[in-house]
Amino acid sequence: MQWETVIGLEIHAQLATNSKIFSGASIAFGAEPNTQACNVDLGMPGVLPVLNEEVVRMAVKFGAAIGAELGQRSVFARKNYFYPDLPKGYQISQFELPIVGLGEVDIVLDDGSVKPIGVTRAHLEEDAGKSLHEDFHGMTGIDLNRAGTPLLEIVSEPDMRSAKEAVAYAKVVHQIVQYIGICDGNMQEGSFRVDANVSVRPKGQKEFGTRAELKNINSFRFIEKAINIEVERQIDVIEAGGKVVQETRLYDADRDETRSMRSKEEANDYRYFPDPDLLPVEFDDAFVAAVTADMPELPEAKCKRFSEQYGFGAKDAVALIASRELADYFEAVAKSSGDAKLSANWVMGDLSGALNRDGKSITESPLAAEMLGGLIQRILDNTISGKIAKQVFEAMWNGEGSVDEIIEAKGLKQITDSGAIEQIVDEVIAANPQQVENYRSAEEQKRGKMLGFFVGQVMKASNGKANPQQVNELLKQKL
Amino acid sequence: MHNKSISELASGLRAGEFSSVELVQHYLGRIGSLDKGLNSFITVCGERAMAQARAADEQLASGVTGPLTGIPIAQKDIFCTQGVKTSCGSRMLDSFISPYDATVVSKLQAAGAVTLGKANMDEFAMGSSNETSWYGPVKNPWDTDKVPGGSSGGSAAAVAARLCAAATGTDTGGSIRQPAAFCGITGLKPTYGRVSRYGMIAFASSLDQGGPMTRSAEDAALMLQVMAGVDNRDSTSVDEPVPDYSVTLGDDLDGLRIGLPKEYFDAGLDAEVAASIDLAIAEYKKLGAEVVEITLPNTALAVPTYYVVAPAECSSNLARFDGVRYGHRCDDPKDLEDLYKRSRSEGFGAEVKRRILIGTYALSAGYYDAYYLKAQQIRHLISDDFKRAFERVDVIMGPTTPSTAFGIGEKADDPVTMYLSDIYTIAVNLAGLPGMSIPVQPVSGRPVGLQLIGNYFAEAKLLNVAHRLQQATEWHLAAPDGFE
Repeated sequence: MQWETVIGLEIHAQLATNSKIFSGASIAFGAEPNTQACNVDLGMPGVLPVLNEEVVRMAVKFGAAIGAELGQRSVFARKNYFYPDLPKGYQISQFELPIVGLGEVDIVLDDGSVKPIGVTRAHLEEDAGKSLHEDFHGMTGIDLNRAGTPLLEIVSEPDMRSAKEAVAYAKVVHQIVQYIGICDGNMQEGSFRVDANVSVRPKGQKEFGTRAELKNINSFRFIEKAINIEVERQIDVIEAGGKVVQETRLYDADRDETRSMRSKEEANDYRYFPDPDLLPVEFDDAFVAAVTADMPELPEAKCKRFSEQYGFGAKDAVALIASRELADYFEAVAKSSGDAKLSANWVMGDLSGALNRDGKSITESPLAAEMLGGLIQRILDNTISGKIAKQVFEAMWNGEGSVDEIIEAKGLKQITDSGAIEQIVDEVIAANPQQVENYRSAEEQKRGKMLGFFVGQVMKASNGKANPQQVNELLKQKL
Repeated sequence: MHNKSISELASGLRAGEFSSVELVQHYLGRIGSLDKGLNSFITVCGERAMAQARAADEQLASGVTGPLTGIPIAQKDIFCTQGVKTSCGSRMLDSFISPYDATVVSKLQAAGAVTLGKANMDEFAMGSSNETSWYGPVKNPWDTDKVPGGSSGGSAAAVAARLCAAATGTDTGGSIRQPAAFCGITGLKPTYGRVSRYGMIAFASSLDQGGPMTRSAEDAALMLQVMAGVDNRDSTSVDEPVPDYSVTLGDDLDGLRIGLPKEYFDAGLDAEVAASIDLAIAEYKKLGAEVVEITLPNTALAVPTYYVVAPAECSSNLARFDGVRYGHRCDDPKDLEDLYKRSRSEGFGAEVKRRILIGTYALSAGYYDAYYLKAQQIRHLISDDFKRAFERVDVIMGPTTPSTAFGIGEKADDPVTMYLSDIYTIAVNLAGLPGMSIPVQPVSGRPVGLQLIGNYFAEAKLLNVAHRLQQATEWHLAAPDGFE
């Protein structure tokens, strides 16, 4: 039997506000437990939520970025359930009327084709606190710092047909929320959480199979692994004559397995109803226009422009626009060097390598874009060779000065004086009579390789500074 | 001293006839000797009140005073008061010392008022007789075998018995007006959104509203002046200017159009109460008012609608009382479920449990549309009834309650009969309108309340209409025996 996988994702993006969605408490990560929870977050008797206007702006920005219908009137609702890290006994979320309606994002498949993935809705809600089971013997600790942190829950249509597509979709959303500055995208700290609804069905069948919801997936790699493992499990269950039950399953990365958390029968009746403490959120076209006025160029548009403007292939363009910061950096290098292709090679090559090696992000690069641009200029004007440039790059990385200072201080300026090069060429020819003899007696087609020996010797004698092109020409002449 | 109005007390304090310390001592003395028989206070803040009184006297001496500097009041125990037990009449919060002040509390304190203590109330404001309080029933100072009404029964009894100059109350379905009627005092439930709900422990968020309980409309105007106003901590408070409620009190009532809803004078109304209401209406005619009969056709739907909406909201609002962070926690919980079940079973009384159960049911999957959604639709119909009425009249009048105060224990085992005692007050909450109860001619020594209902934000008009009657009559001046 041929099986088809059906996947929909629910992504919780933590909004990068300064304060919580319904209180003035800070949302900074990593504070001492319960130091960033005010009376409102603690669910004290009598307290009331007050909506942080910034979260509305951020949600609208996201909606505009994916071309979604914007709910100009959305309503907060209470989702009622008991849990120790849910101080009020309900979570304030949106139910019937979300702030962002139907939208769409495109993913690029392996064969280069584009597939649109529907976004059903995105709604605002508050996060719960954390229950800490490890540190307290036989007891549970409650940390309410996270309670009330603003989240945008982005719900996709069940449009993905493989784990790879799911990862591609998650990456596109991840890229968009960071591009528009509403989420820091940090998956380890839980700022970007992905739950996957996974089901399988016989290929060609129209109806969906019974789905399982996978939780606790905190990296793109795990999304792929968790889905693939769950798909295998479901197929095994069905092929063994069993039935998949609708349930929530936890992905355990250490054991690389999914485990049942709770089944539908145990699921809560959340008794949603409109929160009477909050007014409906209403905004008009002017608000949307104001919010989207400073909308940055989005990844898809940037990718297209890079291909057209700089003549890059799809792969290079995609790599360069991976983040808004990287793309901006590249463009600054290209502008100051005047050569986009060479700039792209340096940014994706030596610079990315050095950043990776030192565990730095592009914004932490010790080399300003203009410095790297200056280095590339010196290659282009033949002051240094590409090989020497690598040496200069390392020195600049280590803060030894500007490109010209380093070339000067280390005497790395390329020798283009043909007299000086000729002298070295003559010395090399004189010092290697046997090789000269061999070269001269060799057939034309074998000489190319043999010339390499002499070039190497000349470059070595010049400490790599001789202009390689000139060296080649002179050697050919003299031999 | 305890028969003086707030403005008389304020001028006495400013003139140095007596100090706030003397005034507070006098009231604390009355509470000490008279409240044993009434049980109107849950907590008396003796030392704290004396400290506030000393501070008030310093302010009075310096000449920098607020509108209520040195005036002793009681706070309904639903208002969070920093450093003071705020129980909401429940065992659940018997150990709860509030870490913060409700907006109403901080506003009254900023205006200079001295808090004598926290007034008894029905548990979580759920009740019409003050019998559901964990701290025992409050007795009606006019007849201690009778209930004072509820849920603001402690506030009403304390004001009637002259144990404080004024008190705060809250009104979700009549909880200010009905006890005001039973205890012969003046109670005002403002327009929904007029007074901040921040720090007022929520019962039914879309209906709850705080307001003053006083011995006169004039005092109510002074209290509301301080309590009213938009609050950035309460999204449902309304940014509507607060007028000067005192300056319009004396406006004449010539041509005032009074609407009498025929549904408020039907078979359910006690004949003697009806006669008292007629007497008051006759006074208004003498004052130049015109009277027209109006209809509020959906009146009969108000009680059932309320008993869906209010319990639904309460079932969610009271979920935070789970024994985890504060409040009552059972001994030695076995596990989480045991902790929840026993803490809540022990912490809540029967009426609160009944309403949580009703509300949970009404919001459950499959029932939501039939109950909660339907109730919200009926709410609109009820509001529309009033909207139409206010196209014809300036103020609506009728009895606050169908009868005078009933006996303690009389309706305790019959919740539906108890719920029906709020039949005339509940629609006002559903519509979010301001309503008031003022004392009129008593029946066999038991107070009767006249209800005044105004249009949205027409509190000044209500106070004016109430004040003119109180200038023309002396019903509001009567004190219960033993408390003169």
